[in-house]
Amino acid sequence: MTTTASTRTRVTAPRRSSAGSSATTLRPSPIATGILIIGALYCLIPVVWVVAASTKSAGELFSSFTLLPSTHLFDNLAQLSAYRDGIFWRWMLNSAIYAGVGAIASTWVSALAGYVLAKFTFPGKAAVFSILLTGVLVPGVILAIPQYLLLAQLGLTNSYLAVLLPQIISPYAIYLARIYAAAAVPTDVVEAARTEGAKEFTIFNRIALPMMLPGLVTILLFQFVAVWNNFMLPYIMLGNDTLFPVTVGLSGLLNQGASAPSMYTLVIAGALVSVLPLVLLFLLLQRFWRVDLAAGAVKA
Amino acid sequence: MHSIKRGIAATVAVAALALTGCSAGGGGSDGPVELDFWAWAPNVDKVVEIWNEQNPDIQVTVQKQDGGDPVITKLLTALKAGSGAPDLIQAEYQKIPTLVSSDALADISGDLDSDVADEFADGLWSSVTLGSDAVYAVPQDSGPMMFYYREDVFEELGLEVPTTWDEYAEVAAAVHASDPSRYLGTFSANDAGWFAGLAQQAGASWWSIDGDAWGVDIDESPTQQVAEYWGGLVEQGVIDNKPMYTPEWNAGLNDGSQVGWLSAVWAPGVLSGNAADTAGLWRAAPMPQWDADAPATGAWGGSSTAVTTQTEHQAAAAEFATWLNTDPEAVAAMADVMGIYPAATDAAAEALTTSPEFFSSQEDFYDVAAEAADSIAPFTYGPNVNVTFSAYNDEFSKAAEAKTTSAFLDAVAAMQQITVDDLENTGFTVE
Repeated sequence: MTTTASTRTRVTAPRRSSAGSSATTLRPSPIATGILIIGALYCLIPVVWVVAASTKSAGELFSSFTLLPSTHLFDNLAQLSAYRDGIFWRWMLNSAIYAGVGAIASTWVSALAGYVLAKFTFPGKAAVFSILLTGVLVPGVILAIPQYLLLAQLGLTNSYLAVLLPQIISPYAIYLARIYAAAAVPTDVVEAARTEGAKEFTIFNRIALPMMLPGLVTILLFQFVAVWNNFMLPYIMLGNDTLFPVTVGLSGLLNQGASAPSMYTLVIAGALVSVLPLVLLFLLLQRFWRVDLAAGAVKA
Repeated sequence: MHSIKRGIAATVAVAALALTGCSAGGGGSDGPVELDFWAWAPNVDKVVEIWNEQNPDIQVTVQKQDGGDPVITKLLTALKAGSGAPDLIQAEYQKIPTLVSSDALADISGDLDSDVADEFADGLWSSVTLGSDAVYAVPQDSGPMMFYYREDVFEELGLEVPTTWDEYAEVAAAVHASDPSRYLGTFSANDAGWFAGLAQQAGASWWSIDGDAWGVDIDESPTQQVAEYWGGLVEQGVIDNKPMYTPEWNAGLNDGSQVGWLSAVWAPGVLSGNAADTAGLWRAAPMPQWDADAPATGAWGGSSTAVTTQTEHQAAAAEFATWLNTDPEAVAAMADVMGIYPAATDAAAEALTTSPEFFSSQEDFYDVAAEAADSIAPFTYGPNVNVTFSAYNDEFSKAAEAKTTSAFLDAVAAMQQITVDDLENTGFTVE
């Protein structure tokens, strides 16, 4: 059962596509290209809208042509920074803490769990893996209130930990890590290290972890984006607005009750600023994806 | 196998370390009483600063929340969990019965001086007592409804300000006839509080309490009358049928295609945010009347300061709530920096002497408002306002699309049915 699973996953694991592919160059089909262009426009137009809208003043926002930029970007940013003594930047810092710490912890836990599930045989392994797969199917949103009630019993709500702890365990990340571990860490290497007398924890930290690095970067990015964009969990967990991440904070600027106008210009400028770290992170970590998954392993 | 166990043990130890490392700091028992206050009104923290300076023994921290329904859901979740709820919360009047029936609000009648009630209009006070001897909140601000119109457009077309609903219909037709893209107002299927205010003016009270039993009186003549009137205007096409608070509507206020707005006393804040180009062009007038001899108005919005049942400092919290809403300095600060219309009648009259900046051309703005506030008709909210309000959104969206008077009346009947069914299903006794 487990062996078939691991061979199957080995096949589907990403490989370096450039390796030895000089045989055929496929001609692009106009239909496929057309579909991709429509898809790209579908994804990019909202981004263009945010960029254009963030340069407009409140009066222009709903009256001037939608995608026509204006000149008020810096006014909007200054107003955003001035709002309640710069609490927006506190929210950005909080988001960075939640997403940074959460993604690193989650990646490490996922790597460990995935490695163990891929390389060890122990009673109940199939059951653990089945439960994890079930977990992939359960949306995190519906767990937020049960998690709130549990953390309330520990007295941990309304704290950084309330948002960090539930996001460290991600079934999908563990599932991915298992696939990468099965594909990238040859069992021979693990056994060779064992024969040399290395402790299991050392094998994981010194040998398996570096081999899994490209896969882990994917998981890290994945988790970082998931935590950064998460709204429901911090929304339920936190009452103190100095602990809010940027998502929850900006939502508050739109919902100030019927008697106060929504602060659209600030929210749009804030949304623009809040995606910049994600863009930056992707650009910086992109190069890791080019590293071959098997880099460092013994050649067969 | 052995080392796997050790690995797991290490992971658990790390988690435990993280737990103990950060869970400290629950707050010492000595030192000042610390109160958390969940509120959404802009700048409420600046008013609270005045209190904190004057009262070193009771320090209040404002934690700004999303307004409306979300904060109520969050409060009820925290109360269910047994921790995490604030000491004080800003609660809209229509949410009080819901919160009281969930046992979320403390009865602070024992903590208040007997003369606190005299500071407020009777109608407002009854909405925080629910007609009982208990007191569940202190009124903070009120939202008497008023009619706003573009004075320049009215002058251009030679129109008189409507004082009755019949005149309003005539003016609406004249405005639309002058330019098909122009409307005197819109029927908003998104704003149940607005429609409740209109029904309130006509004499409706959607719920009633009789001992332990609730009555639901939505599908009665006052509300039917209002629905029939608006259905007629929408059917003729002289009134817009798009919801308020959408980007289109904001643009309409700004570019002059919406030349009127049936709103409440807090409208200047919204208009200055959404329609900055029209500063000085708007004027406020009393609501058009059903019966000009017996003027009445409805309320839209307004909120109170309530003490939650989870607080350990009920007396201190009640003291703060009283100060915030009755102390002349606090009321003046609320009117000034928060831009709300304070509920404490006399203190508000003293604080509100100059018109809002957006209405600087109209000197008697607050005289019009005070007159409206005095004529607010009584209205009782029930424990499932959220269900009724979402039924309003669902049913009236369909009716506004259908654009027929009969669809508007059907929507009122459906609201009645949905409200009664929900009360019965959740175990309330319904008359």
